[in-house]
Amino acid sequence: MKVKSLENEVMIQVNNLTKKFNEFTAVDHISFDVKKSEIFGLLGPNGAGKTTTIRMLSTLSRPTEGTAAIGGYDIVKRDNKVRQLIGLVSEKMIMYDRLTAKENLRFFGKLYNIPKVTLHQRINELLELVQLTKWKDSKVGTFSTGMKQRMNVVRALLNLPEVLFLDEPTLGLDPQSTVEVREFIKKINQENKTTIILTTHMMNEADILCDRIGIIDHGKIAALDMPTNLKNSISGANTTILILEIANLTPDLIATVRGLKCVETVSQENTSHIKIHAHGEEAFDSIIDSIRGRKGNIVSMQNIQPTLEDVFLHITGRAIRDKADNKISIPTHRRFRQQRRVR
Amino acid sequence: MINMGAKNMISHSFRIAWKDLMELFRNRMGLVLLILMPIFMMGMVGFIYPSETSLNNIPIALVNEDKGFGGYNLSSTFILTLNTINENTSMLTLTNTLNLDEIREMIQTGDAEGGIIISNEFTQNIISGKQGTITIVTDQSNPQMSAMIQAVMSQVFEEMGTTLAQQNVANQLGMDPSNALAIVKPYNIQTEGSIEGEFSYFDFIAPGIMAMTVMMSVMTGLPAAISQEREVGTLDGMMVAPINRFSVILGKTIAQMARGILQGVLILALSMILFGVTIHGNILLVFALLLLGVFSFVGLGVVLTSFAKDQETAVMMMTTIMFPMMFLSGVFFPIEQMPPFMQGISKLLPLTYVADSLRKVMVLGADIPAIAPELSILIVFGIIMTVIAVPVFKRAMTR
Repeated sequence: MKVKSLENEVMIQVNNLTKKFNEFTAVDHISFDVKKSEIFGLLGPNGAGKTTTIRMLSTLSRPTEGTAAIGGYDIVKRDNKVRQLIGLVSEKMIMYDRLTAKENLRFFGKLYNIPKVTLHQRINELLELVQLTKWKDSKVGTFSTGMKQRMNVVRALLNLPEVLFLDEPTLGLDPQSTVEVREFIKKINQENKTTIILTTHMMNEADILCDRIGIIDHGKIAALDMPTNLKNSISGANTTILILEIANLTPDLIATVRGLKCVETVSQENTSHIKIHAHGEEAFDSIIDSIRGRKGNIVSMQNIQPTLEDVFLHITGRAIRDKADNKISIPTHRRFRQQRRVR
Repeated sequence: MINMGAKNMISHSFRIAWKDLMELFRNRMGLVLLILMPIFMMGMVGFIYPSETSLNNIPIALVNEDKGFGGYNLSSTFILTLNTINENTSMLTLTNTLNLDEIREMIQTGDAEGGIIISNEFTQNIISGKQGTITIVTDQSNPQMSAMIQAVMSQVFEEMGTTLAQQNVANQLGMDPSNALAIVKPYNIQTEGSIEGEFSYFDFIAPGIMAMTVMMSVMTGLPAAISQEREVGTLDGMMVAPINRFSVILGKTIAQMARGILQGVLILALSMILFGVTIHGNILLVFALLLLGVFSFVGLGVVLTSFAKDQETAVMMMTTIMFPMMFLSGVFFPIEQMPPFMQGISKLLPLTYVADSLRKVMVLGADIPAIAPELSILIVFGIIMTVIAVPVFKRAMTR
């Protein structure tokens, strides 16, 4: 556990923050606080309002209603003060392909009025930090996606921000780069005591990185707590999650299990595995009994800990993937309109 | 404090401009097009417009219906004179035909652009003291050509008529031919330009084209550059930095202006080398005017950028505005030729004043006091546009 000397100092205060695009409400009266040097995750499906929230907090989008303050400065009235305190890693790469790594960093650094010598030194340090020193005079356009994303993160650190916003920082990266970027985020947080707000639609990412998580859906915060508490909250509600391997799995058998009073959902993973969500004291016994009663041959059994995926399912009543898939069925023109607004 | 802010804003603008220019110069293809555009533009307008030498060997059908009178045949004298004049200028190529119908046929097939008919009582009328009649047949489907032929031939015929009249008067009154000329044609008309030297249509058009290119470059370049950065996402990088929003506009404008001026200089060089255009006024004033022109207009570009959702829309909007402006601002055609309503519109366009004052400076050698009205109009335009543009841009950026 990291030591937090300033445990109780509030860095970000969000109060009824709302953003409407015409009749569409992207962010709906959300309120939360983020403490200094905390990693705070906004977890939710695409279109839940994560990016819009980040854009408002980073002064890029003006709230329709409500207020927010960063380091005590109002994000609308004292926007330039806020801008000095923050760094933004956007979903899109903020990087000019025709300029070299060094030129890119120098350009953005100059916008923060960093003195020449300091800037030069800092650029070298930052490039070293993400192992791009070798490529400092190569054009960013020639970089791989992983290299670009490392540059993208480093760019946001030029002004040594106290608050760092990360919008889907590992989106589209290969597994190795994903791990690297996550390690790097942890490192920045631990070494510089940087407060971090990150958005993600990946449960495990939020679980690994965040001190606290706000689950956001339809522009509202549905739950907010530490990952362990969130997970305990559904264990505490007497939830049993079982993965069973049954050699002679039949639709009939699944229907029987689904028919049990204690069972909430049954999903078939493959030809022999099923995943069961159930509740109640007797759940475990009654499931096993009913399968045996039907001559089901149980090969193996796993009683698993709830994941954030399960928490999300429990809170919103549906899986995060379902939501993402649903989005595609919206007519094309409308979908584009919404996406553009959200950004 | 305010001083500090202004200094920062300007230094940030130059940073942004420098960045944009670096990107521009590293884009080979873009750079080539940037240089080719003025060359094409110049070649196009420089060579397609009519000049004195372009009126050559116009095919004309000739019908001589004159029957002569009392042994005289004045029409053959007339044709002889026409041929003599034509040999010197080689303006027309004459073909003999039979009648009006044949001329019409030849115009239809394209063998002739027009025709001349000498009436059958030509000699008889002149000798009996009446006017002889010559008919000019023109092709109405090509109004410009027909107007030109009409003008050229009227001039030729009038000259011939004057010579004939001069001879008649001299003979009848027994006068000296030069005194006879004074009776036939009491006025001697001379044309003198307000400045020395030879001038062509190109001298008229070059300053306007320069103004147009520079402004077009900025006007299409600015919305494209801003909305492109917005689409790619890099604009957020600038907007999230603690800089004045105005420095983004200013920086982009400086970069586009540098690009435009580069093209302007190319045009100037080309028109000096290829078309013999000379600058009579102060060259610094020429550039100052170009800058002022951009200033007067950049606000409109920014407003349009703010409304445009993406690059495509922005460029389309700009093109829609640029086209009428090109033709209404007197770059190609003098404003005085236009109907009053259109003249009114053209007075609302800043390009009109830029082209006009640039022409005065480059061709007439005008100095600042001489173009003061245009200058003040441009400054007022610019201030109004900027005052509207900055808040609109700020709002659009925090949508």
